[in-house]
Amino acid sequence: MNLTDRVALVTGASRGLGRALAEQLAEAGAKLVLVARDVAPLDDFVASLGGRAIAVAADLGDKEAIHPLVARAEHVGPVEILVNNASALGALPMPALLDTDCEDLERVLAVNLVGPFRLTKAVAGAMAVRGRGLVLNISSDAAVEPYAGWGSYAVSKAALDHLTRIWASELGEAGLRFLAVDPGEMDTRMHADAIPDADRAALADPRDVARAIVAMMRDEAGAPNGARLVAPRWQEVAA
Amino acid sequence: MRALMEREGPASTRRAHREEMVAAHGHRGSRTMGATRRERRVEPRIAASAPALTPARAPRDARDEARLLILDPARGHADGGAAHALARWLRRGDLLVVNDAATLPASLPGRIGDAAVEIRLAEPPRAGRALAVLFGEGDWRTPTEHRPPPPPMGPGAVVRGEGLQAEIEHVSTLSPRLVTLRFRGADGAPLDDDALLAAIYAAGRPIQYAHLEDDLALWSVQTLYAGPPWAVELPSAGRPLSWRAIAGLRRAGVRLATVTHAAGLSATGDPAIDSALPLPERYRIGAATVAAIARTRAEGGRVIAVGTTVVRALEDACEWNGALTAGEGVAHLVIGPAHRLRIVDGLLTGMHAPGESHFRLLEAFAPRAALLAAHAHAARAGYLAHELGDLALIAPEVLADP
Repeated sequence: MNLTDRVALVTGASRGLGRALAEQLAEAGAKLVLVARDVAPLDDFVASLGGRAIAVAADLGDKEAIHPLVARAEHVGPVEILVNNASALGALPMPALLDTDCEDLERVLAVNLVGPFRLTKAVAGAMAVRGRGLVLNISSDAAVEPYAGWGSYAVSKAALDHLTRIWASELGEAGLRFLAVDPGEMDTRMHADAIPDADRAALADPRDVARAIVAMMRDEAGAPNGARLVAPRWQEVAA
Repeated sequence: MRALMEREGPASTRRAHREEMVAAHGHRGSRTMGATRRERRVEPRIAASAPALTPARAPRDARDEARLLILDPARGHADGGAAHALARWLRRGDLLVVNDAATLPASLPGRIGDAAVEIRLAEPPRAGRALAVLFGEGDWRTPTEHRPPPPPMGPGAVVRGEGLQAEIEHVSTLSPRLVTLRFRGADGAPLDDDALLAAIYAAGRPIQYAHLEDDLALWSVQTLYAGPPWAVELPSAGRPLSWRAIAGLRRAGVRLATVTHAAGLSATGDPAIDSALPLPERYRIGAATVAAIARTRAEGGRVIAVGTTVVRALEDACEWNGALTAGEGVAHLVIGPAHRLRIVDGLLTGMHAPGESHFRLLEAFAPRAALLAAHAHAARAGYLAHELGDLALIAPEVLADP
């Protein structure tokens, strides 16, 4: 997929992997719709891109935020790439299931699962009628490994992986691609929130991961529709 | 393309031209009829004999359970089942053209001095300006014709809204309530397109009318394939098209294409404005759609418009240009019985009653007698009218010979 002038909507874009993806997509020539709860950290970056990017403040756990966000994105141009990257860890330090509040689980599912579902629902119809579109759902190895203390986050990502497969099975024939991407462990604030005592030297730079993901976006034939890919090894997984 | 682009012209010329067209449409409308789309002001001669359709008062739980009335101009009408099974009435090689405009929350609360007013955008804003109709206090629960007018105001007056303000830049000769607004931030600072859209979505609500039971959610007034935020009211004929319906069409070999058309106001309650509806409306037709229509016609398929806005866009583009070309334009064409269709063969539309301007558009597709018979059947059979109601498919060769 040639990314030049394509409109890419990236959630959770103010920091970490989302910010790195925004930078890589801008370098590839895409127009950007960058979503975060707090967009102040994006001001300088958006300004540096002239009219090729907008920042939208939105809470993806809020159903009523979706159409206002999509309308602003579609005003930039037809959205052809959606990256559902925003996610919430839930309570910190991350509690065991017996210590997890019901409301905390609901909030994590609202942001990590229902939010991506709603946002995809709001853009994929137009993509399907136009006959093309790419949706990347950012997942985690917690979706497949039963790490103690990661319950809310992990089940949200496991469900997101499967949502990716179902979207692909329903809309693949209309020309849409859906991929779930496990970015691996990265040196981000979210990782530090989850595992404060991690050895940062052992963690990947989100900019390197973003480069791999953008290469993956360009490689249209590379992975079966609905696949779950591990970003650092996407080429071997795709093969 | 060139002709279309030239008609748009520079901004100042465009505004002047639009104002002329609004005035011209007013005269034309007043010579013919004064009907509106959803608040059916029925011609007295017909009111005595035509049975009334019941309005749909709320969104259905399943959008594609809307009923489908089939009308073949040469063969009469039939009940067509639910909208999700639309494909059974079409054939391989047909093309459905939908309006992919998303619906703005185009009703904005405001104040002029101490008086509460409602701004209803008549078109999507462009370069900080939009044509709008002003209402006095009250909301959609009061029928528009009973709404008080806003306080008297002229150019330079400022409507203060939530998070924005709007200066009246121009007042139409058609009605003092039809104005061109120039928007700014609440602090008076200029707003770029994106900031204005954000302010409209933060403050606005969907435009709706008194036949409904409850507030409409923004989710309820979007089609499945909504894209650019151009429509001030739901392009309603497409609302029942679920993915179940569209996937069925795809399996049956029916293709889909899009136009973007800035669907405007149905009714304002101001007789002078209502007689001029539909006002000129912006549209965009892509090269892929032009190619899909050419292919369909070359292969003997039917071009079916989903909604009157699509008919207006495609026929207007052809009217001005001699042939259908890709580009943007402003639809001035008002289609009635005398119009000879050049592009569109059939129409999927809401239920329209004799006396509505939309019914006159239908007369370009089928003889009046056939439309009246179908309407009488729809009323007796309980088909629902208005933007959340049932659908009619009017197309040639859609029914078999009896």
